[in-house]
Amino acid sequence: MTTITARPQQAANWKDQLNRPSVALIVGLAYIVCAVFLAEVTDRSSLWYPLANMIAVPIFFIAPLVVVSLNITRWLKIALLVIMLGLIMPIIGVANPTYLEIAIQVSIFAGLALGLNIVVGFAGLLDLGYVAFFAVGAYLWAVFTSPVDTVFMINGWTLPGEAFFIMIAIGVFGAAFVGILLGLPVLRLRGDYLAIVTLGFGEVVRMLVRNLDSPINFTNGAQGLYGVGSPPLPGFAIGFTTTIASAFGIRVDNPDAIAGQLMFYVIAIITLLVIILVCSRLKDSPIGRAWTAIREDEVAALAMGVPLVRMKLLAFASGAAFAGAIGVIYASKQTFIDPESFVLLQSISILAMVIVGGMGNIKGVILGAMIITIVDLSTLSNLSLQFNNFRNAGMLDIPPALEPAKYQPLVFGLILVLMMLFRPAGLLPEKSRKLELQAEKEDPLALPTEEPLEDAVLVDTSTPEER
Amino acid sequence: MSTDTLMPERSGLLSPITSSPTWIRFSHTALYRYVIFPLGQIFVFVVGAALLLTVISYVIAFLFPEPRENINLVTQLNRQLPGMIISGISIGFVYAMIALGYTLVYGVLKFINFAHSEIFMVGSVSAFAILSFIGSLGGLEGWNPILLVVVTVALSAVLSGLLAVGIERVAYKPLRRAPRLVPLITAIGISYILQDVVRAIASLTINDFNLTYPTRDLDWIRNPILTLTFGEYDVRVRTTSVIIIIAAIIMLLALNYFVNGTKSGRGIRAISMDQTTAGLMGIPVNLMISLTFFIGGAFGGAAGALFGLNVGNVTPYIGFFPGLKAFTAAVLGGIGNITGALLGGILIGMIESFLNGILVYFPAVGIRYTDIITFGILIAVLIFRPSGLLGERVDEKV
Repeated sequence: MTTITARPQQAANWKDQLNRPSVALIVGLAYIVCAVFLAEVTDRSSLWYPLANMIAVPIFFIAPLVVVSLNITRWLKIALLVIMLGLIMPIIGVANPTYLEIAIQVSIFAGLALGLNIVVGFAGLLDLGYVAFFAVGAYLWAVFTSPVDTVFMINGWTLPGEAFFIMIAIGVFGAAFVGILLGLPVLRLRGDYLAIVTLGFGEVVRMLVRNLDSPINFTNGAQGLYGVGSPPLPGFAIGFTTTIASAFGIRVDNPDAIAGQLMFYVIAIITLLVIILVCSRLKDSPIGRAWTAIREDEVAALAMGVPLVRMKLLAFASGAAFAGAIGVIYASKQTFIDPESFVLLQSISILAMVIVGGMGNIKGVILGAMIITIVDLSTLSNLSLQFNNFRNAGMLDIPPALEPAKYQPLVFGLILVLMMLFRPAGLLPEKSRKLELQAEKEDPLALPTEEPLEDAVLVDTSTPEER
Repeated sequence: MSTDTLMPERSGLLSPITSSPTWIRFSHTALYRYVIFPLGQIFVFVVGAALLLTVISYVIAFLFPEPRENINLVTQLNRQLPGMIISGISIGFVYAMIALGYTLVYGVLKFINFAHSEIFMVGSVSAFAILSFIGSLGGLEGWNPILLVVVTVALSAVLSGLLAVGIERVAYKPLRRAPRLVPLITAIGISYILQDVVRAIASLTINDFNLTYPTRDLDWIRNPILTLTFGEYDVRVRTTSVIIIIAAIIMLLALNYFVNGTKSGRGIRAISMDQTTAGLMGIPVNLMISLTFFIGGAFGGAAGALFGLNVGNVTPYIGFFPGLKAFTAAVLGGIGNITGALLGGILIGMIESFLNGILVYFPAVGIRYTDIITFGILIAVLIFRPSGLLGERVDEKV
């Protein structure tokens, strides 16, 4: 137990390291170099471009998170973040919309991961069907605005784009309602049983969405819904885009499309900020403490007067609510959704974000979302391009069947296994969880915790005499 | 399947027989304990499940006599019933064999081996590889079909069993004392790794990951082995159904003997009751856990090989649904309970086969809802009777 007191010191060391001026300087310089690289270097054909890009993208996107961790005054932090997210990011996005896309996806998945973090990280309920709530939000917006002839189409009328922000609110409540619907029956289940039931629930939702095209067409089945509406584009967005483009001498082919992406970027960032705010306020609130109590020991929490049912339902509902809101944004941004957007792998990748970053730690979860999304969207495809370049240059022949871009599930699987084996608390562990895992590991005399025998024994323990 | 339950129980209709000294002596012989009793159990489960579902489907037919125009559900049922029962038995045995893997591991480690569905997949893929290899030797036509099936199933069972042991050593053993969700997450990761590694190997070697069994066009696989006549209707029984049923029964008998009749089986049962105490009693805990994983993996792999022979076409992604259904079966029967896994597997297989047979005639629903109904059963069982049909409810000790 002596190790526990030593723990915070180490953490402080790590923080100190980060706060040394030289480190801050290096990070700042790396950020600027990467930003210039992403904005200016457009020579895709050069041999080492994918590799350089593969290194530059994560540095560029993770830098704002480093700024948040720095030990500087709050106003300086906010100023730096506003410059990074509000100025540099849009400029680079206008120069190359791919990075804007990555930024939007990172914000969307960070929001989703934070929602799942409430259920898994705060309340300790492993939910493998989280993507179902995401689907609820996405389909809620899509069925009303898509020109596909579903049952929601009455005389060719679709919901106007102005309803977007109202629909986000409806998505929040709709998904929360579905969350409670799922939560009610599974309240009694624990641990791995809960995981399997939520997994089954996610698959049921996906299959329902896929099959509800006949006899009454609700969701257009496997074909999916195209032409999903988007919120009206404010006039100044296009002006902003063209101004930036002309100021930096960037040639923009299609300012409307980029302005639309910029709008989604702003919406996603604002939503993410709201979610971060809600999460951090929830975490230390009485509700958050109740969730932690449930996570640590359900029976003890009950004995201490924590209303289990209400708190678990609240966890499910608030996690689902975030997913619902983000689903609306996602459907509107993608303009096309189909059941395959909501497969189990999607739930698992969101779970991987939570785990990689550190369950329960908001900053960690955002870091995890960044890492997984960037690996998915940038690193793997860049690696494929790099191998391709090597092959064209005749340096290294890797068969096309082994292209890294095709092995996203393998990478997720490896990340999950390696993290669980070597750093089960995540990259940025929540303090209490880290202590718990450390204490267990470093106490060699500890006997295995006594598991209740439950119903699960290979032997029928009842003897005839007892009957 | 423990020896205790073999003792005559209670007084009842059969008590004059069961309490007679001859019967008691007979019930202690190996023949009864390892052959007659488990066979009777399987028989009772199969007949019970078939009867139950037949009654339910006739009730449905009574309620909806004509779900589609010009189709009388009762006549359709009369025609299809034997076929549905036979396919239900064969798919049910496949589920039961997979479910045994879940249940054995859960019984010993109290942990849901999420990667087991991928072990099943590896079994079917390795059966494909073995059959392709035999085919390249010209053995498909030349060898005796029985030898072919036995070699394929046995080899893929051993391969899958070894893989399961390897996975346990690498991924689960270091986490044995971690919180319960940690190994579950590792298992999810392992299952994705297995899928993609198999896909990589398949696409590197034959440039495609859609694997069609070379046996699919053999005459003895394609043509029905026997044709039964019930009244005016003919029922053709597929060879693979018979292979699955025979192989499954042999393996289940072997498992029953192993768990109840050997020293290692006693060791595994002891560990499932109390790991620490079993270790103190001199039972090699790690070895026994590896053995459990080997047996579970071998059953999953053999089920995969049989499934592949039956379907004739596999991909690295086939494991998910059979795995989930087998898990449903294990939970339905009472996870951790071997007899329960058998009962659950047969029930789920029968339910699926009957649903497939009946839902066709309901245009508003259709067979695409079969999987949803299976999941519905899983969720309902977990909610209303988490300990399953044969499991005993034990309150949590604090």
